[in-house]
Amino acid sequence: MLEIRHAYKTFFPGTINEKIALSDLNLSIEDGEFVTVIGGNGAGKSTMLNIIAGSLTVDSGQIIVDDQDITRLPEYKRAANFGRVFQDPMMGTAPTMQIDENLAIAARRGEIRGLKWGIDKEERERYKELLKEFDLGLEERLSAKVGLLSGGQRQALTLLMATLKKPKLLLLDEHTAALDPKTAQKVLDITDKIVEKSKLTTFMVTHNMRDAIRHGNRLLMLNEGKIILDIKGEEKQKMTVEKLINRFEKASGEEFANDAAILG
Amino acid sequence: MTLLNALPGAISQGMLWGIMAIGLYITFRVINISDLTVDGSLATGGAVCVMLVRSGLNVWIAILLAALVGMLTGLATGLLHTKCGIPAILSGILTQLALYSVNLRIMDSKANQPVSVDKYHLLVSQRYVRELSLRNPLILLSVIIIVLIGLLYWFFGTEKGSSIRATGANLNMAKAQGINTEANINLSLVISNSLVAFAGALLAQFQGAADVSMGRGAIVIGLAAIIIGEVLFSKIFVNFALKLFSVVIGAILYYIVLQIILLMGLNTNDLKLFSALIVAVFLSVPYFKEKHFRKPVIPGKGGN
Ligand SMILES: Nc1ncnc2c1ncn2[C@@H]1O[C@H](COP(=O)(O)OP(=O)(O)OP(=O)(O)O)[C@@H](O)[C@H]1O
Ligand SMILES: [Mg+2]
Repeated sequence: MLEIRHAYKTFFPGTINEKIALSDLNLSIEDGEFVTVIGGNGAGKSTMLNIIAGSLTVDSGQIIVDDQDITRLPEYKRAANFGRVFQDPMMGTAPTMQIDENLAIAARRGEIRGLKWGIDKEERERYKELLKEFDLGLEERLSAKVGLLSGGQRQALTLLMATLKKPKLLLLDEHTAALDPKTAQKVLDITDKIVEKSKLTTFMVTHNMRDAIRHGNRLLMLNEGKIILDIKGEEKQKMTVEKLINRFEKASGEEFANDAAILG
Repeated sequence: MTLLNALPGAISQGMLWGIMAIGLYITFRVINISDLTVDGSLATGGAVCVMLVRSGLNVWIAILLAALVGMLTGLATGLLHTKCGIPAILSGILTQLALYSVNLRIMDSKANQPVSVDKYHLLVSQRYVRELSLRNPLILLSVIIIVLIGLLYWFFGTEKGSSIRATGANLNMAKAQGINTEANINLSLVISNSLVAFAGALLAQFQGAADVSMGRGAIVIGLAAIIIGEVLFSKIFVNFALKLFSVVIGAILYYIVLQIILLMGLNTNDLKLFSALIVAVFLSVPYFKEKHFRKPVIPGKGGN
């Protein structure tokens, strides 16, 4: 479904600020996989998602979605394939527009936007039903400006926006990191529900090893712009935090920095 | 008594500049760009219209062509910004500067080209502002403003228009939702400057001449209109059409206040200074409010 071939990305090449974000990254994802991604700060997780979505272009390498090479396609054209939720709750929604207007825009992802009215009655009903399932009270506030919502509410809304039109791949970049633990849990539950319901192929970056183990059916660990661990199937199901740290140390040849954030 | 006499003129001026300010609103508020092209495109609109009318063309066609040329000026700024990576403000300044030369060319290298209402059929003229007849510019201007607001309200409610609003509200979100943000920014600049040129074409007829510097400081007057409208009506006018309407009211109030100040004996040479001061004060209000009167942040309800 998605293939990344020999992707390289370096920021500020040739200067003292040179940062190698991706270095010969190779990855192939099958339909229906729910991949969780972990790795320390600066490991290249966000960069990987950004080169898939097109907010960044690779220095070299290829990105292929369903046999189509999208490496040089601008972000907005790739968007037909992807649903995205960002770490920053501010990034995924238009704050000065209403909840239903945001959803209506998302419902038309990848379509030509013409001179038809931007939203109709039936879709408003549909949004109401969908929001009801979140149990956040948003269904009663369809015409409220999104800027008035809390971070958790916004992330839930962004999730719905990302999946309203079924994406080939759902890209989640630490989408619960800015939320308090209770809200984060709620948004994660919603995520599971949505992924389950629409059988979405999903990429979820997280800082939390436990979440990475608990969710999904495949686990990647990134280090210095490379995938150093790729755990699937039964092994993934039986994974524990201790085993994972062990595997990390073997794979990277480094001592595992006891990073509280990664342990979660 | 003199104010009453001056009132119809001030209101017509306000309506003319209100049309210009509606154009500016599309860039300044909808897509968050301060577009300095307008100082040039207003004069371009006036110049194109006056020269075409003088050459014998029907005034309606002349005004439409003026709006069309206005579109090109917006496109020039848009392409400098989106295709050449020049910051929006600088792109506008560049186009504005270039337009000064272009406008002089259009006007046969004269800084001023008259178009007399005695010789040509014009749509609006200040000569009739106090007349109780259909020639009174207030009538046509009201109709034009209502039609324009209706059209824009419709357009920004469509799928395309919504995508432009999203582009201005959050570029990231817009791209992630598959919106071609560059095209939308260009389109907004095109629409905006066509309205500004259209306003320039009407203004030139109203004054009976196109002047190469008639657009100097236009952006400041437009901003004043937008901000006065917002300060007075933002609490009650939430609908997009009403917001555009409040921009026009803002422009009218601006010209009435100006008229009062002139009657009080202010030197006309000081007008620009006065306008700049008003706009500076109003633009800084939100900043100072935020800085000195910030209320404690209430954590979001529900959800958390
Ligand atoms: N836009 C950018 N400009 C310059 N350097 C960048 C940019 N984005 C990322 N980098 C650098 O590239 C490297 C990888 O960053 P990336 O954001 O992909 O890491 P990450 O794994 O997402 O980390 P985190 O867990 O902190 O989010 C880092 O060294 C980072 O400083
Ligand atoms: Mg990151």
